[in-house]
Amino acid sequence: MSQAPAAADPMVPLPFRVTNSKPETSDTVTLELAPINGEHRVSFAAGQFNMLYAFGVGESAISISGDPSLQDRYVHTLRAIGTVTRALHALREGDVLGLRGPFGNRWPLDRAEGRDVVIVAGGIGLAPLRTAIYRIASDRNRFGQVSVLYGCRTPDDVLYADEFSVWHHNHRINVQTTVDRSRSGWRGRVGVVTTLIPTVSLDPDNVVVMLCGPEVMIHFTVIELHRRRVRDDDIFIAMERNMKCALGFCGRCQLGPTFVCKDGSIFPYSRLRRLLTLKEL
Amino acid sequence: MPVAPDSRSPYRVDLIQLDLLLAAVCRAGYQLIGPSIKDGAIVYDEVSSIEELPVGWTDDQEAGRYRLQRRDDRALFGYVVGPQSWKKLLHPPRQLLWKGRRTDGGLETIAREEVTPRRAFLAVRACEIAAIGIQDRVFTQGQHADPIYAHRREQALVIAVNCTEPAGTCFCSSLGTGPEVISGFDLALTEMIDESGHWFMLEVGTDRGGALLEGLEFTPVTDTERRAVHQRVDAAARQMGRALNTKGLKKLLYDSYDHPRWDDVADRCLACSNCTMVCPTCFCTTVEDVTELSGEIAERWRRWDSCFTLDFSHLSGGSVRHSTRSRYRQWMTHKLATWQDQFDSLGCVGCGRCITWCPVGIDITEEVRQIRAHPVAARASR
Repeated sequence: MSQAPAAADPMVPLPFRVTNSKPETSDTVTLELAPINGEHRVSFAAGQFNMLYAFGVGESAISISGDPSLQDRYVHTLRAIGTVTRALHALREGDVLGLRGPFGNRWPLDRAEGRDVVIVAGGIGLAPLRTAIYRIASDRNRFGQVSVLYGCRTPDDVLYADEFSVWHHNHRINVQTTVDRSRSGWRGRVGVVTTLIPTVSLDPDNVVVMLCGPEVMIHFTVIELHRRRVRDDDIFIAMERNMKCALGFCGRCQLGPTFVCKDGSIFPYSRLRRLLTLKEL
Repeated sequence: MPVAPDSRSPYRVDLIQLDLLLAAVCRAGYQLIGPSIKDGAIVYDEVSSIEELPVGWTDDQEAGRYRLQRRDDRALFGYVVGPQSWKKLLHPPRQLLWKGRRTDGGLETIAREEVTPRRAFLAVRACEIAAIGIQDRVFTQGQHADPIYAHRREQALVIAVNCTEPAGTCFCSSLGTGPEVISGFDLALTEMIDESGHWFMLEVGTDRGGALLEGLEFTPVTDTERRAVHQRVDAAARQMGRALNTKGLKKLLYDSYDHPRWDDVADRCLACSNCTMVCPTCFCTTVEDVTELSGEIAERWRRWDSCFTLDFSHLSGGSVRHSTRSRYRQWMTHKLATWQDQFDSLGCVGCGRCITWCPVGIDITEEVRQIRAHPVAARASR
């Protein structure tokens, strides 16, 4: 008889405390998480995600949305959609959750160096992209023109609106927002996010595009980018699939030959081109 | 240290000696798990002597059909594989991942105090060894290792049995995974019933296996006996009930996502998940979170799941694969095509279980044959 080894089990979450909980919209909150056990170090790259566990309820894959230069906390923006995310959404400062991670690959910031960057986000898709925006802002001179094109359902769903002017004024990042449905007082654009693409000058030889949003948005954005001759290898997309383990064991996040958890979740479009044209893949 | 099997001479072992060998395995501290009859099928269960094996039984297998039948001899291993595979012991159907307690300060995880005995797997067929090798790659040779699988695998001793009478649903020889056991075993047996009696050829695959023979006296097989064994196994390779042509299979399926055959199979498929449950390589799981009534202790369990369920691909907007067509396509394309890109091998070993245990008798070899016979125009590979 021998004892199963308990050390470094990738399936066991570590306790993290909510050090700040900031409501973003009616159903979206940003949580700041600090490790409880001092020996665990926070360490992540822009584009990675964690598995967040609400006690007794379950686990959900949530992108990191915080500044990668602050490696003392994890910041996650999440929307109350299902059982687990509703429980996570209800957490308050001082509460504890379980965390495994970080998992997944990173936004292609090295590839983007010296080039223009266009970031296209839909809804909560801006959360994972914010890590890339922070990275660009902290090293702004290494990049060319930087644009953030952001589409939301309504003005009330716009995330991080208080940061837009900082990105714009302090970091020369062009932020354009559009909504599907307006309300009184909204002075911005109305229309889908693809209508923002003609507002930026795109040099297909000198650009990297990063995308995150619903698949229908991805579909039409890519069509628009192709029209502007952006190459498939310069378009990077964060994908979402059902995920239970984030380790490549549960098999659920397969998208054709790829496992979104360990091969992604960010893929160059050249790798997704065929896969995204297949229905129910 | 593994040694090449043929570096040692195989032995001729009779029934009594085999029983002594199994007793020695148990004495060495292994829990002996072998074939055993339950609910009209041969399953893997704890056994302690050859008398507890399905002596004199065989299995009749066809698409959607499995029946045990009496043999006219007293063979110990005169059948092939039943509904269970060794996966149930290496990658259990339900497994506690961890347990946690709510504390004042928050959350405390309680270590999983699981005790896995050293187990000797008796009568592991060549296709099963191939399946274990495939799951080894999934669980222990990627970016992350699954400590549960890795530990259980380490604790397992493999006593293989060569197949001499394949079933009607077998197709291992067309995949190169059987019927002869080549590697991946500690000990291997071939059962022979001939004019010279009821005997076994015993091969040693590893030092760990060889050590179990200490104190037992076996005679080496003669060249004639060895030839007779090989003839039986070679004949088995030619008696396979089915075959799967693997030539260009990956490309064929990658080009066939829009093939009308998927609609045809969806008309028959019940999306019941049987094929994935009996498959020795299918590894997909879900998790269950359980809380004690007090709410203070929570557990997280891993359970086999299947790509045939709607929940499997569920996202906030609904399931990605809502049609049966897409779910069967996912399963078969994964087994035979995407698996090759993921793990450098097929996800199929030709054991035939998915054919036998499909309630409507869907036959993976036939589905491939139909797709191959009517290829979709090259429009897919743009």
